[in-house]
Amino acid sequence: MSTVSATRPVPTAPGSGGAAPAVPRRRGWRRARPYVLSLSGLTVAAVFALPYAVMLLDALRPSRDVLATPPSFLPRTWQLGTFGTVLSDARFLSWLKSSMLVAGTSTVVVLVVAVPAAYFTARHRFRGRTAFLLLVLMTQMFSPTALVVGIYREFFELSLVNTYLALILTNSAFNLAFAIWILQGFFGSIPREIEEAAHLDGCGRMGTLWRVMLPLTLPGLVTTVTFTFIAAWNEYVVALTLIQDDAKKPLTVGISSYVTGYEQNWDQLFAASIIAIVPVVVLFAAIEKHLVGGLTAGAVK
Amino acid sequence: MPTDLGTGVAGPPAAPASPRTRGVRRLTQRLAGAGPGRVRPVGSGHAGAGTALLWLGPALLLIAGVVLYPALELVRASTSDYSITGLRKGPAGTANYERLLAHPDLGTVLLNTVVWVVAVLVLSIVISLALAQLMSKEFFGRRLLRWAVIVPWAASLVITARLFMLILDYNYGILNQLLVGTGIVGTPVDFLGDDRFTMASMIGVGTFVTLPFTAYVLLAGLKAIPDDVYEAATMDGARPWQAYTRITLPLLRPALLVATVLNIIYVFNSFPIVYTLNDRNPGFAHDTTITFMYKLAFKSAEKSVGMSAAAGVANVLLILVVVLAYLRISNWKEATDQ
Repeated sequence: MSTVSATRPVPTAPGSGGAAPAVPRRRGWRRARPYVLSLSGLTVAAVFALPYAVMLLDALRPSRDVLATPPSFLPRTWQLGTFGTVLSDARFLSWLKSSMLVAGTSTVVVLVVAVPAAYFTARHRFRGRTAFLLLVLMTQMFSPTALVVGIYREFFELSLVNTYLALILTNSAFNLAFAIWILQGFFGSIPREIEEAAHLDGCGRMGTLWRVMLPLTLPGLVTTVTFTFIAAWNEYVVALTLIQDDAKKPLTVGISSYVTGYEQNWDQLFAASIIAIVPVVVLFAAIEKHLVGGLTAGAVK
Repeated sequence: MPTDLGTGVAGPPAAPASPRTRGVRRLTQRLAGAGPGRVRPVGSGHAGAGTALLWLGPALLLIAGVVLYPALELVRASTSDYSITGLRKGPAGTANYERLLAHPDLGTVLLNTVVWVVAVLVLSIVISLALAQLMSKEFFGRRLLRWAVIVPWAASLVITARLFMLILDYNYGILNQLLVGTGIVGTPVDFLGDDRFTMASMIGVGTFVTLPFTAYVLLAGLKAIPDDVYEAATMDGARPWQAYTRITLPLLRPALLVATVLNIIYVFNSFPIVYTLNDRNPGFAHDTTITFMYKLAFKSAEKSVGMSAAAGVANVLLILVVVLAYLRISNWKEATDQ
């Protein structure tokens, strides 16, 4: 990709003789281009990272200095032990466990439920197909936040308030729509001939789905996993409303208790937040290439 | 085993070949006369309702149980009378809706919502168009940029909101320190307390956290545009700006549509930013319909579950109407069928 975009102007320049006055300007631009791009790219990256650099620096100073007047960008006193304190805090570890459990399980549930539904709707015409797709589109417009009162009342009546199951069900259900739409686009874009060939080679329907279709839709699966995991990892309102037991709280809700009206441990709040960001950024960085491919098909349909 | 196969097989079709597969799909659609729908089924054209239920069953169950049932519960709650502790006392008819409509702050809240959604949406789309363009180029530091853009998405919104509360603070905020220190303003700005700046601050933070998703969707859209289209345009002597407005933007339409629709829903339902940044201000002066709904049940003097549920129903209907209207205006079907 890099070589293509960098060298393309060279062969086309003689051909574009019609745009003669622009040529000298373009030549200068061609030389400056890599530097200008790098400079703007790094500047924009800095803008995005800056607030979180402030967060990191706040995690590295004593809590009372976070609210010091006048504020300082760099800590006046460096306090490096906060990350250790947080990581050995039993409460933090239980919140981390809750988040991992809820986000991880929800992601698996979404995949297991969405893949058959998306595959079937992409490949078959059946009565109620349009209705099903409309229903899915409708649920995409509902958010747990808008329905939180209804969700609370339902789980209250099912005696599921204060359980992981309630959070897993909620996160799975509300991320299902996006997953079905994305995956459906993928399955639909795979030529039928590939599947027919697999059939001829003696693959059953499940075998075709598992051994032929799923590998081909890897970018779609990656996109689904990323979106669901992040949405579940960062879900706040439902967890805030449904979970009262401190040990069962996910990170989003749990770490808020580092800073309350009674105790203010800003350093721990921000150290915990940084730790909570790391798994997601690592996940992202690992699959970013597939993600862009995955969103493509999602965007096209 | 399947993952091994996956990386091997799915590698090529991932980014570069997607326009090709799209072409194949369009072709098969045209040949089969399948119209706007999807590619025709493999073997048997039609499947029985029983088979369909088998494949769709789990999804239907989950949607019915965890989305539709709470939606019905919400409607039921909106027509019920509740004690201040949240116990149902009996039916209330349309009383909750009437009280909601008569609420003195309703107008302000609706206006806030419109300003909030439109501003965040427009800003994030416009900035993301430029950002995606930059991210699609090849240069030293591109990976760093892509990773940095991810961070606000990966971070919990509640924490980002609390972080910005500190950064924007009147007394301890580093931003005021910077602005006063460099002489841009004479005295600190009360970003979160002064009525003139509160909404603007919320919009700024809201846009910041919406950018990653939007930019990535648009980046994916850019990547799906075949290079030869640009080559042809360059041959014809198109200037970069012409190529952008006449080729890139029209071809980016499906991605723009997805980004806009999903962002309308996300921004409309966005809770943590508005709730946290607006935490210190009494009343509903800077609330949107979502935080208004939450406060009605849990925070306000009313503590009314019924009224909050009525607001929730109104919320869902509002989003539905806005999204459907947008899809209608933007000729959704036409754009996605191209």
